[in-house]
Amino acid sequence: MTEQIPSATAPTVAEGEGHTSSPRLWARVPWTRVAIGVGFFVVAIALAYLRAGNGDVVRQAVLTGILIGGVYGLVAMGLTLIFGVLDIVNFAHGAFLAVALYITVTMVSRLGVNPLVALFVAVPVMFLLGAGVQRFVLAGAMGKPLENQLLITLGLALLIDNVLLMSFGPNPQSVKLPGDTGVQIFGAVATVSRLLAFGVAIVLAALLYVLLQRTRLGTAIRAVAANEAGAQLVGIDTRRIYMATFAIGTACAGAAGVLVAPLVTIEPTTGELFNIIAFVVVVLGGMGNVIGALVGGLIIGLTEQLGALYFPGQSPLLSVFVVFVLVLFLRPQGLFGKAS
Amino acid sequence: MLRLESVCAGYHGLQILHEVDLEVNEGEIVALVGANGAGKTTTLRAASGVISPTSGQITFQGEPAGGLRTAGLVARGLVHVPEERALFGPLTIEENLRMGAWTQRKTPMSGALAEVFELFPVLADRRRQTAETLSGGQQQMLCIGRALMARPKLLMLDEPSTGLSPKLTWTVLEAIGMIRDRGVAVLLVEQNAGQALRLADRAYVMESGSVVLGGTGAELADDDRVRAAYLGL
Repeated sequence: MTEQIPSATAPTVAEGEGHTSSPRLWARVPWTRVAIGVGFFVVAIALAYLRAGNGDVVRQAVLTGILIGGVYGLVAMGLTLIFGVLDIVNFAHGAFLAVALYITVTMVSRLGVNPLVALFVAVPVMFLLGAGVQRFVLAGAMGKPLENQLLITLGLALLIDNVLLMSFGPNPQSVKLPGDTGVQIFGAVATVSRLLAFGVAIVLAALLYVLLQRTRLGTAIRAVAANEAGAQLVGIDTRRIYMATFAIGTACAGAAGVLVAPLVTIEPTTGELFNIIAFVVVVLGGMGNVIGALVGGLIIGLTEQLGALYFPGQSPLLSVFVVFVLVLFLRPQGLFGKAS
Repeated sequence: MLRLESVCAGYHGLQILHEVDLEVNEGEIVALVGANGAGKTTTLRAASGVISPTSGQITFQGEPAGGLRTAGLVARGLVHVPEERALFGPLTIEENLRMGAWTQRKTPMSGALAEVFELFPVLADRRRQTAETLSGGQQQMLCIGRALMARPKLLMLDEPSTGLSPKLTWTVLEAIGMIRDRGVAVLLVEQNAGQALRLADRAYVMESGSVVLGGTGAELADDDRVRAAYLGL
């Protein structure tokens, strides 16, 4: 550029504040709330110690909770991303995870590969499945009342569950990770499969963060979430962004499905449990907030395990729902969400 | 450059525009003035592909443009800045600007970014700040800056001075003059008819969905009917 462009005078008076309210995929870290959260868990752990009367049991619950919480976070990140951008409450998210479970079962039983190898198949397959579902099933419901999409995804979940039932039968199946031994960490034991599930989930969550924050596609996804009309005005094809976002969210469920395959009993309806947990995590973290989903996942993982110490013999979901109800009462916008 | 011939358009079966004829040539500022509800915004929305005309012809640089998708028109250099600004609130100023260059993926954007920062230095100072934290005037600058990132040949601005103080309005209008001086044509919709006519090379007056007067900015500013109806003189 050779021509010098004169500068318009910069205004010094702030006026006409026209703040746009939009879903925040990445909130700034609210340190006060983090401190409150950490304080809450210190108290919860202390109480669990008093109740169990045994440090080993508490240490074990904390370690297991954190490890499974990372995977819950990954599942919920996909779900919250879809909600943040497409405004769709996707009831089929758990069913997508179940598809990945069966991809893993099939690959391990037919090809004899390590379950983690299924990541390289399940993630791309689920990405394409997600893209197809958005394009051919959900696109027509965009901009329509919320219950349209809700019923479509609910129907889709039932369809997927039953296709899995038809194809693989009702019998529970399992997948073994070779060399899945216990490892001592801070006096507690974690299996290699749990450690790997947590580690890979955190790496994938970090990759999703980099994708959203640092790439052109990610910025466009955040732009569409912030203002769809504005995105169209700059020439972004919002239909493609919707498709890509749903595909990425579904791929997160797919990756999580592979990671939990060695940890759970695999049945056609196994995904439903993860669906429920993911919804709780998403509400806890603030709907549409990706960082909130990861933190929420860790909190719910810990709640589930510590709760089992408070309420021995009860379903681990009991304490999860207690937290869920408390969040809805005390902070319905979630830990990282803004009050509307 | 942009030509509307007998364009009719509206929303949900309700016709707003009645045979609108309008033309914008290269390197000129054309103002569209008129009362609320005269059809000025609908004219811009039809030209930028947000709504499809029901009849008539829209051509941009000699090629048909009526009913095309916005993305295609932006790539060809026709960029619309709506009154509601439609910024990406939680994104930083720099991210907003980079998204403005979405259709220019083959052109390095550093040049366009530097040009916008030269035009609006306040945006350069606050490039890491999110758009939602800016004042109304700064948001308007960001909105125009984002549109310039697409390297437009024609910029269509809808009420850029809405909600701004007289001082900021002047700042924004001054910037529009500078943009024209860089060879970008401007189609300006403005409630503030007096300032718009002073700035414009040519102007049209709209009433009830039709163009009722046309001429140079100075001619219309001297027209008794315009003075009485829009300038309060």
